Amino acid sequence: MLRPWMRCSKNWRAMWNNFKSKFLGTNFKRFMGFVKKEFYHIFRDKRSMFILFGMPIAQILLFGFAITNEIKNVNIGILDKSKDSETIHITNRISSSPYFKIKNIVSSEQQIEAIFKKGQVKAVLVFEKDFGKNLKSTNLANVQIISDATDPNTANTVTNYIQSILQDYQREINLGIPGREPIEVRSRMFYNPELKGVFNFLPGVMTVILMLVSAMMTSISIAREKEQGTMEVLLVSPLKPLQVIIGKVFPYIFLSIINAIVILLLGFVVFGMPVQGSYFLLALETVLFILCALSLGILISIISKTQQTAMMISLMGLMLPIILLSGFIFPVSSMPWPLQAISNIIPAKWYNLILKGVMIKGVGLRFLWKETLILLGMTVFFIVLSIKKYKIRLE
Amino acid sequence: MKETEKVIVVNDLTKKFGSFTAVDQISFETRKGEIFGFLGANGAGKTTAMKMLIGISKPTSGEAIVNGFDVKTQPEKVKKTIGYMSQKFSMYDDLNIMENITFFGGIYGLSRKEIKERGEAVIEKLGLREVAKKQVGSLPLGWKQKLAFSVALLHEPKVVFLDEPTGGVDPITRRQFWEMIYAEADKGTTIFVTTHYMDEAEYCNRVSIMVEGKIEALDSPKNLKKQFDASSMDEVFQKLARNVE
Amino acid sequence: MKTIGYIIQKEFRQIFRNKAMLPIIFVMPVLQLLILSNAATFDIKNIRLLYVDHDRTSTSRALINSFDASDYFKVMDRASSHAKAYEAMENGSVDVILEIPNKFEKDLSLGNVTALGVYINAIDGAKAGVENVYVNQVVQSFSKQVQLKYLSSAGGTVMAAKVASVPAFWYNKELDYKTFMVPGILVLLVTMVTLFLSSMNIVREKETGTLEQINVTPIKKYQFIIGKLFPFWVLGLVLLTVGLLLAKLVFHVPLVGSVALLYLFTAVYLLLILGMGLLVSNYTDTQQQAMFIAWFFVVIFILLSGLFTPIESMPGWAQKITYLNPIRYFVEIIRMVMLKGSGFWDIARQLSIIAGYAFALNVITVWGYKKTR
Repeated sequence: MLRPWMRCSKNWRAMWNNFKSKFLGTNFKRFMGFVKKEFYHIFRDKRSMFILFGMPIAQILLFGFAITNEIKNVNIGILDKSKDSETIHITNRISSSPYFKIKNIVSSEQQIEAIFKKGQVKAVLVFEKDFGKNLKSTNLANVQIISDATDPNTANTVTNYIQSILQDYQREINLGIPGREPIEVRSRMFYNPELKGVFNFLPGVMTVILMLVSAMMTSISIAREKEQGTMEVLLVSPLKPLQVIIGKVFPYIFLSIINAIVILLLGFVVFGMPVQGSYFLLALETVLFILCALSLGILISIISKTQQTAMMISLMGLMLPIILLSGFIFPVSSMPWPLQAISNIIPAKWYNLILKGVMIKGVGLRFLWKETLILLGMTVFFIVLSIKKYKIRLE
Repeated sequence: MKETEKVIVVNDLTKKFGSFTAVDQISFETRKGEIFGFLGANGAGKTTAMKMLIGISKPTSGEAIVNGFDVKTQPEKVKKTIGYMSQKFSMYDDLNIMENITFFGGIYGLSRKEIKERGEAVIEKLGLREVAKKQVGSLPLGWKQKLAFSVALLHEPKVVFLDEPTGGVDPITRRQFWEMIYAEADKGTTIFVTTHYMDEAEYCNRVSIMVEGKIEALDSPKNLKKQFDASSMDEVFQKLARNVE
Repeated sequence: MKTIGYIIQKEFRQIFRNKAMLPIIFVMPVLQLLILSNAATFDIKNIRLLYVDHDRTSTSRALINSFDASDYFKVMDRASSHAKAYEAMENGSVDVILEIPNKFEKDLSLGNVTALGVYINAIDGAKAGVENVYVNQVVQSFSKQVQLKYLSSAGGTVMAAKVASVPAFWYNKELDYKTFMVPGILVLLVTMVTLFLSSMNIVREKETGTLEQINVTPIKKYQFIIGKLFPFWVLGLVLLTVGLLLAKLVFHVPLVGSVALLYLFTAVYLLLILGMGLLVSNYTDTQQQAMFIAWFFVVIFILLSGLFTPIESMPGWAQKITYLNPIRYFVEIIRMVMLKGSGFWDIARQLSIIAGYAFALNVITVWGYKKTR
C-alpha cells in the first residue's frame, strides 16, 4: 500500500508548488516586492539601526567587564582603640589585600553612624581597648566588624573576607600548633572552571535581546500600520493577510539572526567562550525562539490599538520579568516557589536553558527535547491566539 | 476691486533645501477679505511656501510680511494673527469637540468666557450638539474638516491659511465647506487656500499657479481663462504645465 | 501661566482617557514591584545535591545527613555510579555532586587525610563559588565532630590564641534582601514609566500632525515644554507614593529617614528624567525611534546603576561612567534615606549633581525645540 507520506515524498516538487500557490498565493513576486519594501523601510532608519546593533555590543561588553558581584577595593573604616603593634599589623594586612581600601580612620563610635549615612564606607573594624595586651595575657582579643547591611549581600561578603583575614592572622600567631583538616574537599567546577561570569550572562543577554528586538519591534511596526490606517490599505491589497504579517516580520527575523551571530562572535573573540555543542542545533533552536518572540509580538500588536500601548506592553511588561525571571542575574532556584512557577511561562527561561545546554555543556536534543517542545508549544499557542483575536476584530 | 489694506506682501521669497530650490523667488500680495487660491501640482512648492508664511519654516531669502509682521524676524507675532488648517486632520482624536476647542482657544489666549461662548456657537452652527461629547476621532471626515476650519477661526484671525482643506471629502460637504469660506471672507477675513481641485479654483477671487517653485500665472480666474484662451481653469492649468515642459 | 494650564489640562485628559494605557501605567508597575522584588535575591538555597557513596559506612551516612540537615542543601537520590551522576548534571537536574571515596571511614579513624570529590555545575560562576563555600562549611563542621570522636583520647588540647570577631550588621540585621531591593526596583519603575511616556510624548504629536498645529500658534516654547512635563511629573510622584506605601505595608521596608527629603529628591530627579525624555522626543521622527533610544539608555542605566550589582565591584572606567547615570544617584539616595536615615547634608552632593543635570538638560531641551524649521 502506498502511504500518503510516500506519495508526498515522490511528488514533493508538485507539493511545494501547491503549497506556494495555496499558502503564499500565486502573487509570489508581489509578496517579495512587499518584503523588499519592508527591508528598505527598516534599514533606512540609521538611528534605529545603530541602536539595534549597538545594543547587544554595549550590553555584552558592560556585562563582561563591568557587571560583577566580586568584592574589590571596598572602602572600609578602622576604629582602633588600642593602637598597638598587633592592631597595626592587622590593619596593614587588611589594607594590603586587594579587597579592601582603608578610607577612614575613625576616632569615635559616634562617627561610624555619620560616615555610614554619607555612604563613604561599607564596614568599620573596631579594635577593643588593649587588644594586644589581652591577646598576650588572656589569649583572647575582641574585634567588632560593623557593616552597612543596606546591601546585605555585600555586607555578608565583606564580613566573611575580614573574618578570613583575621583567621589567617590567628593561624600565623599560633604557628606550630597543629590544626590539620582531616577531610580535604577536592572541588571541580564543571563547564566553567575559571568561574567566569560571561558563561552565565552571555546566554542571558542573547535571550533578552532576541526577545525584546523580535517582540517589541514587530508589535510596534504592526501597531503603527494599524494606527496610521495603512494596515487597511495592505489588507485590501491583493496580498493575503498572512502574507502581510509574514512580510512585516521577515526583516526582523533577519535582524535577530544577525544579532545572535554578533553576540556569539563577541563571546568567542572577546571572552573566549566557544560553542561546545552542535552549531546546527543552536541555529535551529535560535530560529525557533525568534519565531516564538515574533508571534508574541504579533499577539501584542493585535490586542493593542496604538503604538504607545504596544510599546508599553512590550517594554514595561516584558523587560523586567525577562531580566529577573529568566535567571540570568538572579538564580531561579533560590526564588520562592510561586515565582519559580511563574518563571515557567516565560519563553526566555526555556531558551536560556537550551542555550546553556548547547553552548556550554555541549549536550544535544536528547537532553533538551523537553525545553524545545515547550518553546514550540508556546509559539503555536501565541499564533493560534493571534489568529483567534484577529478574527474577532474583523467581525 | 475696492481700495483695501494689503494683508500679505511677498517679495522674492525663496526656500532652498541644499541645492534644491523648492520655492523660487515668488512675489504676490493679497488684500483684506480676499479668497486667494494657491494652485500647483504635487511637489510644486505650495506647502513649502505656505509654511514660510505661517512662520514654521524659515525663508532662505526674500521677505514676506503677514499682517504687518515679518515672518523671518517676528514669526511669533505673525502666529497671533493667523489661523491655520493643515491637510492632515490635526486635532486631538482622543479629546471631544469642546475639549479640543478649549485647548486651542486656551493657547491662543482666549478667556474662559470667550472660549465657552465661541465654542457653543461653533457647535450650534455646525449642528454638532449631539456628538459634542464624542471623541473627535470617531467623527466622519467631513465633520472633522468643518470643525477644524471653525477651530482655526476661533481666535478671529485676520488671515486663515487652508492647506488642501477639502481632500477626500464628498462633493456636498465640499460645497458646504466653500459656503463657510465665503461667509468668513465676507466678514473681512483673508482666505489663503491651496488646492488641486481646479473647479474649486473658480471659486477664488484670485488664483496663483505654481510650477516647479515659481509662480507662473496670477490673476482672477476669468482673466486667466481669457489670457490662456481656455474654457476652464483645468485647461489653463494643463496649458501652463505643457508650456513649462 | 494660563496657557500652561490649558496644556496641562489637555495632557491629563489624554492620559486618563486612554483606557489601554492606564493599567499599564498604574497596575503593571505595582504588580512588578510586588512580584519581582521577591525574585531579586542572591541568597542561594535549595542546592540540589546528588551523592555517590563508595564507602557505605555509618560515617559516610553521617556526612550525608549533615548535608541534609543544612538549610542550603536539598539532598537528592543516591546515584549508583559516577556516570549516572554525571548524566544528571548534563540534563540539569542537580547542582552539586558529592563523591565519597572508598575507605572513607577507615582513613578517618586512622588519622589519615581523605579526599572528597565535589563536582559543581559552574555555568553561573558566582553561584558555584557560593555553593563551594557552603560545601566546605558543612564538611569542616563535620570534620570537627569527627576529630573530637577520634582524637579525644589523644591528650589535652593546647590553648591557642584567638581573635574573636563579632559581626554587626547595621540597618538590616536579618540581612533581608528585599529591604535592599524594593526601594531600588521602585526607582526603576518610576524612572521607566516617566521616561518612556515623556519620550513618546512630543514625537507622538509629530506623527499625528498636531504638533504642526501647535507650532503655528503663538505659544512660547517654555510654556509648551512645562505644560508637557508637569503631568508626568505629577504621575511620577504618585507612583512613588504608591510604591512607598507598598514597600512599607507589604514588604515592611523601614523608612528611617525623612519622607519629605525623599520627595524633594524625587521631584528634582523627575525633572531630569522628563527633560531627558523630551530631548529624545525632540530629536526623533517616530515613536518607534524614540522608544528604541529610550530603551537603549534605560538598559545601560539599569546595568550601571548599582541596583543589582555593587558599583564598587566595577572597574574604574565603568565607575566613572556611572557618574553620568541618573538612576545610580536615585538608587543610592533612596536606599540611604529609607534604610539609613541619611539627612539633607548627607545627600547634598548627589542632590546638587542631579539638580545641575536637570537644569542643563531642560535648558537644552527648550533651546533645541524649534517651532521653526
